[in-house]
Amino acid sequence: MKLFGLYNYWVFALLLMIGLYAVIAKPNLVKKLLGLSIFQSAVFLLYISMAKVDGGTAPIIQHAGEPQVFSNPLPHVLILTAIVVGISTIALGLAVVVRIREEFGTIEEDEIQAPDRDR
Amino acid sequence: MVTAFGIALLTLLVVTAVAVVVTPNLFVAVMLMSIFSLLMAATFFILDAADVALTEAAIGAGMSTILFLGALALIAEREARGSGRRRWLPLAVIALTAFTIIYATFDKPRLGDPSAPVHQHVAPWYLEQTPVLMEMSNVVTAVLASFRAYDTLGEVLVILTAGLGVMLILANGRPDLSRQGRAAAATGLRHHLIPRVVGQLLIPFIVLFGLYLQFHGEFGPGGGFQAGAIIAVGIVLHALLEGEAAGRAILPTPLLVGMMAGGALLYCAVGIVGMLLGGNFLDYAVLSADPVAGQQLGIHLVEAGVGITVTSSLVAAFHAFADREPAA
Repeated sequence: MKLFGLYNYWVFALLLMIGLYAVIAKPNLVKKLLGLSIFQSAVFLLYISMAKVDGGTAPIIQHAGEPQVFSNPLPHVLILTAIVVGISTIALGLAVVVRIREEFGTIEEDEIQAPDRDR
Repeated sequence: MVTAFGIALLTLLVVTAVAVVVTPNLFVAVMLMSIFSLLMAATFFILDAADVALTEAAIGAGMSTILFLGALALIAEREARGSGRRRWLPLAVIALTAFTIIYATFDKPRLGDPSAPVHQHVAPWYLEQTPVLMEMSNVVTAVLASFRAYDTLGEVLVILTAGLGVMLILANGRPDLSRQGRAAAATGLRHHLIPRVVGQLLIPFIVLFGLYLQFHGEFGPGGGFQAGAIIAVGIVLHALLEGEAAGRAILPTPLLVGMMAGGALLYCAVGIVGMLLGGNFLDYAVLSADPVAGQQLGIHLVEAGVGITVTSSLVAAFHAFADREPAA
């Protein structure tokens, strides 16, 4: 049972690596961005898992003064803003991908680099 | 019971992530990514992060999917064949790294351990001081908008910059829609009765819920980021149902850009007014005669700025994709 306490971190490691695999091994640019999203979500999971406290609840104080156990609010704040920043940067990445498709007619990395390689 | 549910959710997350990477159809991959985000939101909820779960559900499962689909409409839907050659090297790299990280986790404190180092630093102080300094319930909002307001200001500026970047990258080149493209974009889903009726029924409630999160964020889960995302989803849904032109009409581009900059400027202005009144940058206690009232006023204004910038940046990014004509 004690080992289950680490399961969140193992899932973090697996998700991180699945995302990284898509970024380094997939030539398709949209796949790379999806991989980046998975990578990002893995980091979110790591932070939120660390914030959890046994027997705690969401950090919203209902009856001030009474002893209550709360999860750690600081990682929540960091990740809450990181999610919104994440979607903005992904949108920027998608905009660049759309422009690449218009200029090169493809979003496969090897096909985009092919003209350079022949020279 | 909750533990078992959490483990099942985490396992499903891994399965979904593998499916996202493996499927050759990008449309399928984007839809799976939406499911992935929903599972992630449920996981956050189980881990007692109500605010984060709310954001992930609105952004990950809603807005992010729409933006990916908007981009897919402009590019090919399938990966090229044989795109996975020379697989063994990356696989070896990630297997080795995954093994190293998992080996390192055995030194980590167990999930929920109250004596973990992360809970010994500033967090107890935040939990203790929020009811005293601000008389607010939601510690996440207090930390976000007051204790760590510098961080949040930086993040708002990143969102503003990214939103402007998307607009600038996609605005040049083909400004006019072709006749065919314009017709398709103009009608939206107007001829599809069921999505239209259901969607129109939902929009007021989505926007109302967003406003509730905006103005109730200091007592319950909520705040500018969540509210901004949810209101943006409502506006985007309107544009999808009624067509691009109708979607643009409610928030014309000059107003949209003004809102993007205005939200960030409001945030900065609150900080500078604090300086003029003799406090530090983003110190709200001096904004009112009573420090607690000053803190609450400052947090409200800053959260309003965040909400305005997030809403308009996300809507602007959606319009940038939706307006563009697909390449031949």
